[in-house]
Amino acid sequence: MKHDIVIIGGGPAGLAAAVAAFDGGVKDVVILERGEELGGILNQCIHNGFGLTRFKESLSGPEYAERFIDKVRERGIKYYLETTVISLDKNKTVKAVNPELGFFTIEAKSIILAMGCRERSRGALNVAGTRPAGIYSAGTAQKYVNVKGYMPGKEVVILGSGDIGLIMARRMTLEGAKVHAVCEIMPYSSGLKRNIVQCLDDFGIPLYLNHTITKIEGTDRVTGVTISEVDAQKRPITGTERHFSCDTVLFSVGLIPENELTKSCGITLSPKTRGAVVSQTRETMERGIFACGNVLQVHDLVDFVSEEAEIAGRYSAQYVLNGEGVYDFLDTQAGDNISYVLPQKINKGVDGNVKLFFRVKNTFKNCTIRIKSGNEVILERKKKIAVPGEMETLILTADKVQNLSSPVTVELEV
Amino acid sequence: MQIKNLTCVECPMGCQIEAGVENGVAVYVKGNTCPRGKLYAENEVVRPLRVLTTSVKCVGGKMLPVKTDKPIPRDMMLSLMETINGVHPTLPVHTGDIVINDLYEGVNLIATKTELN
Ligand code: SF4
Repeated sequence: MKHDIVIIGGGPAGLAAAVAAFDGGVKDVVILERGEELGGILNQCIHNGFGLTRFKESLSGPEYAERFIDKVRERGIKYYLETTVISLDKNKTVKAVNPELGFFTIEAKSIILAMGCRERSRGALNVAGTRPAGIYSAGTAQKYVNVKGYMPGKEVVILGSGDIGLIMARRMTLEGAKVHAVCEIMPYSSGLKRNIVQCLDDFGIPLYLNHTITKIEGTDRVTGVTISEVDAQKRPITGTERHFSCDTVLFSVGLIPENELTKSCGITLSPKTRGAVVSQTRETMERGIFACGNVLQVHDLVDFVSEEAEIAGRYSAQYVLNGEGVYDFLDTQAGDNISYVLPQKINKGVDGNVKLFFRVKNTFKNCTIRIKSGNEVILERKKKIAVPGEMETLILTADKVQNLSSPVTVELEV
Repeated sequence: MQIKNLTCVECPMGCQIEAGVENGVAVYVKGNTCPRGKLYAENEVVRPLRVLTTSVKCVGGKMLPVKTDKPIPRDMMLSLMETINGVHPTLPVHTGDIVINDLYEGVNLIATKTELN
């Protein structure tokens, strides 16, 4: 079959991209979703706090998703559920499989990658000890409790203080479990401050910074863990061991963009974001293939995912309607104390402001963030506090973009 | 006067708020970026309030996400969870439908998802 725009992923990014592409003038848009329903990960994020930027209300994940699902339905945008994309190539041919159609092929004019991200696994962490049952990623536990209605355990220790881990500390406590500790190897939490307060402090759950799990015990089922403080090189310090009896260990140690398809298609990825290299239109280095949301960069807030997806949707529609535009790229780069900058390319052939997203490497107080083009400072902002857990943004106005002649660097000075 | 340092949880900014407390009430609040932060701090020093979110098992086994339509006292959350877990709504349910009327002092528990079957 043939479709103008194929969107891979029906989570928040795919939904917002579909609506924006449709409203941008392309009516033949189809969403391919792996799960049994639209909404993606939002369906299991039943806590509130979504949509404050976008809707000026505090919504739960499913409520936020429903606002976009309604828009998709109102427009009659087609979607296939339980559909796994098997391959994707540079000619924009998508091969997929689902129970209804079996194996099928779609030739698209433009593709939007919106596959989201997955959790880093315990395997990537190398914790010593046995491999008993009772070890879950925080997101898996979230799905069990919230969607399947089943508690993975009663006595819990959480490794990593990512937002999902913090949210699950509260969630399991509310459902009657005892969460003994959250331990974080870094000197700061990677979660939002509000989640430290409302998920840990509210329930008296201790957060051990500069700590990691050094041993997991149990043969069939987890029976306990040992945590230790780490030194500046992240090596456990002997003598600081602390033992907890528990039947469950949750890992919340970060998210990685889900880019197997992107890679197999040969699309250039950034080693820093682990997502595709894109320009401000969210077009990858393959013409007509766009990427948005957590498959591109792991966002803190779904509101920003929607915003980014709308950019991708709009430009994907323009690509279908007008064909290739003008490409005149300048690189962006991460300077001192900055871990990455997105977009990695600024296309001067595209009108309008460019919003730069970036993360800082550490916690900084009273610092200055600067954007330079070559040696020339083009924008400067003072910040009282900047933390790695919260994405920073700065806008380069259209006139500034037009005057750029050398690569753009974002740097932070203390 | 006692000085309390708080983190506002009303939005992801997480402003650091300082509240001066006298006789159990806030006499000044500073550090908040918006009025919601002031209200948050004033409540926080008296009796912290939170919106409770959870999920309930419907007849037939499907889980339905729910929340309180207004904040409730934080110290009531665990005991109200028992009441909530004893309720099993029948589908269909639409977002915003009341799942428990007057769960606590006029605060209702409402569905945050539409589940038709
Ligand atoms: S004071 Fe206002 S801006 Fe600051 S965290 Fe609270 S709600 Fe957000």
